[in-house]
Amino acid sequence: MAVSGAVLVFFLVAHMAGNLKIFAGAESFNGYAAWLREVGYPLLPHRGLLTLLEAGLVVAIAAHMYSAIVLARRAAHARPVKYAAKVRSRADGYATRTMRWGGVIIFFFVIYHLLDMTFGVANPEGHAATPFDRMVAGFEPARWYITVFYVISVVMVGLHLRHGLWSALQTLGLARRHPVLKAGATGLSALLTIGFLVVPLAITFGVVR
Amino acid sequence: MNLTLKVWRQSGPDDDGRLVRYEIEDVSPDMSFLEMLDVLNERLILAGDDPVAFDHDCREGICGMCSMMIDGVAHGPQKNTTTCQLHMRHYKDGDTIVIEPWRARPFPVVKDLVVDRSAFDRIIQAGGFISVPAGSAPDAHATPVPKLDADAAFDAATCIGCGACVAACPNGSASLFTAAKITHLGLLPQGQPERGSRARAMVEQMDEEGFGGCTNTGECTAVCPKGIPLDTIARMNADYLRASRKSG
Amino acid sequence: MNYREGEPIKDTKAPEGPIEDRWEKRKFSARLVNPANKRKINVIVVGTGLAGGSAAATLGELGYKVKSFCYQDSPRRAHSIAAQGGINAAKNYRGDGDSIYRLFYDTVKGGDFRARESNVYRLAQVSVNIIDQAVAQGVPFAREYGGLLDTRSFGGAQVSRTFYARGQTGQQLLLGAYSALERQIAAGTVEMHTRHEMLELIVSDGRARGVVVRDMVTGEVETHLADAVVLATGGYGNVFFLSTNAKGCNTTAIWRAHQKGAMFANPCYTQIHPTCIPVSGEYQSKLTLMSESLRNDGRVWVPLHKGDQRPAGEIPEDERDYYLERIYPAFGNLVPRDIASRAAKNVCDEGRGVGPGGLGVYLDFADAIARLGREAVEKKYGNLFEMYERITGEDPYTQPMRIYPAVHYTMGGLWVDYDLQSSIPGLFVIGEANFSDHGANRLGASALMQGLADGYFVLPTTIGDYLADAHRFDAIDDQQVAEAEIAVKNRIEKLLSVNGTRTADSFHRELGKLMWDYCGMERTEEGLRKALERIPELRAEFWRDVKVSGVNEELNQALERAGRVADFFDLAELMCLDALHRTESCGGHFRAESQDADGEALRDDEHFAYVAAWESTPDGPVLHKEDLQYEYVKMTQRSYK
Repeated sequence: MAVSGAVLVFFLVAHMAGNLKIFAGAESFNGYAAWLREVGYPLLPHRGLLTLLEAGLVVAIAAHMYSAIVLARRAAHARPVKYAAKVRSRADGYATRTMRWGGVIIFFFVIYHLLDMTFGVANPEGHAATPFDRMVAGFEPARWYITVFYVISVVMVGLHLRHGLWSALQTLGLARRHPVLKAGATGLSALLTIGFLVVPLAITFGVVR
Repeated sequence: MNLTLKVWRQSGPDDDGRLVRYEIEDVSPDMSFLEMLDVLNERLILAGDDPVAFDHDCREGICGMCSMMIDGVAHGPQKNTTTCQLHMRHYKDGDTIVIEPWRARPFPVVKDLVVDRSAFDRIIQAGGFISVPAGSAPDAHATPVPKLDADAAFDAATCIGCGACVAACPNGSASLFTAAKITHLGLLPQGQPERGSRARAMVEQMDEEGFGGCTNTGECTAVCPKGIPLDTIARMNADYLRASRKSG
Repeated sequence: MNYREGEPIKDTKAPEGPIEDRWEKRKFSARLVNPANKRKINVIVVGTGLAGGSAAATLGELGYKVKSFCYQDSPRRAHSIAAQGGINAAKNYRGDGDSIYRLFYDTVKGGDFRARESNVYRLAQVSVNIIDQAVAQGVPFAREYGGLLDTRSFGGAQVSRTFYARGQTGQQLLLGAYSALERQIAAGTVEMHTRHEMLELIVSDGRARGVVVRDMVTGEVETHLADAVVLATGGYGNVFFLSTNAKGCNTTAIWRAHQKGAMFANPCYTQIHPTCIPVSGEYQSKLTLMSESLRNDGRVWVPLHKGDQRPAGEIPEDERDYYLERIYPAFGNLVPRDIASRAAKNVCDEGRGVGPGGLGVYLDFADAIARLGREAVEKKYGNLFEMYERITGEDPYTQPMRIYPAVHYTMGGLWVDYDLQSSIPGLFVIGEANFSDHGANRLGASALMQGLADGYFVLPTTIGDYLADAHRFDAIDDQQVAEAEIAVKNRIEKLLSVNGTRTADSFHRELGKLMWDYCGMERTEEGLRKALERIPELRAEFWRDVKVSGVNEELNQALERAGRVADFFDLAELMCLDALHRTESCGGHFRAESQDADGEALRDDEHFAYVAAWESTPDGPVLHKEDLQYEYVKMTQRSYK
């Protein structure tokens, strides 16, 4: 869980950095997208590294989900008889309690997101357009409901990260200084959340067009 | 005050069990929670009924025997407090209280609210000790221990083995219990020689008993009567991973 | 109840010669058991507190085949766990003049000259090994910044010899012994039986050869045989119903042994702790101790006038009676436990007590808070104040605490010799269950020391001497075994069949009240005679009218309790008899008839410098006296004025 989660966190950081290039203009953003496909060429074939990274991501996501299912099943096995009274949480953290279902929701969001931005199936501009155009078209003011959906999902991802980051450190035995690391995890999650939110919001509100 | 209790009654491991409703009158706010149940039991015995079986002994919050899920919270509403130290002044007239046993596969119900926690003993047997036969010890001052280490070891060592951590954990994990002992002994110089093997053996025993995995929800430490901190689990994981790497 | 006096008895095992050499001599003279034979020798240890847990673990380490029993769900729950203050040891790490001899001296004197010098000296000697052992096991004692062990002075001792682990020393030491025990269980040398209660001792050919226990989950009555039996079943303070003991603490194991021939020594010596949280109502199930250290800064007082019902804050200074400071100007609020307890009782008897039923005195921190500031007081006593508030719902920072004495420890117990062997060969008794080391009064922080000394160091050596003959023991008499088992079953059957109208607890409460009134802090001939008249009546009523619901073949807590209460009746009678016969005052036994002009305890060394060992016979109790000789510590009368 922790290891696969860590891989995904590194991806998210890179992904966010790439997204933010949109503020540098269409050329820069499209150039970055193209570079992703060419990096390592000619040592590696066209799209070589990207495919490798994508494969890695798929593996990480699969591992992450597999671990989650194993943990959930272990939990169910460990408590065959449930409490009759509603169990009241005493620990703080909405984020912590929503890890499991939050994760499922995020999974569906990722599928939509891929259909929208990667494959263009759910995007008004379609697959043929440049990444920049797809992005701008995807979040145009008229499609505000898509933006709302993204915002909710990204916040969900943020919450997932807030617990997940710290939890990973804990599982890997690194979280000895509890409050400091917890604050750090919260900070990084907030940073990623904001980083991912500014792009669609900027487009919807017409800052980037 | 008058209260309604819904108490889990189960005559033995093979019985299905059910919540049974009892009305109880004239409860004094100065009574402890267990004294309130004593009053109920006196009544049941005189009526020829089976009294509600529950584990208890010292009734001063240290033996770890009492173990009740009260309205969905292990040991009830007061923080850092065992069931026996909970007093009725936290309730008001007309309240309904649901009382259940700890729920976990490795803690099978023996009767009513009594569960079998011998899994904890077996986790300790796996390595929760320092191997030092009586009479073989060097002078107590031979090895100074930094005060901060000793204090941190003490904080972990205050675990009373009640099992509230398991009861409250959504995963039914025994990580806090196991980690408390691994941390206590792992922080002291005397505990170093067996530190790695101890962590490995205890964690493996914990898994073998059928406890769930830890997802760091923090529910355990929130209900722990002794407030064992969550970073003990990080320490356990670190010791476990290091030991596993070393011996492959 | 009548008794007759039998032959005097003697401890024949303590070696002669200089006191500091005696334990060494005994260790050398004790025969050893060949390691190959040890594997074939079975030892039963009942109880898993400091004494029983450490003994079972150590015997396992030595290679014996051990069976250990406890009534709780885990050996870690034994009531040693609740000891707060600390453990004494003559380490003299402070260089403040402590020594083995001084600890020995203080213990003999503190015990009001009713303990054996040889035993006490050995205890002081062994005390230093206990600390070494505990530290090596990982017991997290309090330390100083230099990394060395911290100590404090405790219970009025003038040297700082008490090692502690915050307010949870008993817990940490017990968990140390428990971990050693679990290690042996894992190694296969100790077989653990939790939720098993000992209900009978098996004596065959004059030797203790086993126990009959009840599996408290299934109700099955089981027999376990062995070459020796060790009882480490704690004290009997619960005879008073309300005490600081755990709810399950009981006298059944030692009482059964007593009925099978083990002598019971000094049953009347009871320690009453002055600073407990008072009773709040009829439903009260136990009492909680507050650390004695509170008296360092708190001032004890009651209203000057009888029946003053005003809240504490409204009683002006000149209408308060700081009675300890008034009566004992030299020691003030720090007088020893028994004196503080009795003084509280006296002012309450005068009708000046406070709180529910007038059974309480104030322990006031207002002056300390004014002098040191709230923060300093919080730092020192914060956790105790919290505990007090949790139980009473009152804030001790703004209103004085209410405290009252409560039964805490019993110095009496089964009679044992220097080897800790009772008058039944093969029956060894350790920890609070025996009578050996504290005389008529135990010093603070000495109970943990004795339990661990017995279990880790003394018993494992001395039992070997007895077991060296194990291969020559006769085969166990089947009939004795069968009889013991039948006796247990009959008893259970009888309890279940009475089907009366009162619960065992209600009888226990009544017995406890009787004992507290007549055999508590202050005893008189008249009161004791009254109690001796009433106890048999109450016992008869119990057997006529007790109601035990349920059946034997299940977890039946009503049945467990009834069995224990039944034995408390018999013990209570012997306690009163012992208290009646001992017309002197000494330590935890205060006879109103024996006091000096100032109302202080007056010992009678001429007539009572002996251990009263009671034998149970069909014709009633027989008293055997063991004379006490003091070669090293001169007998003196205590004074705290």
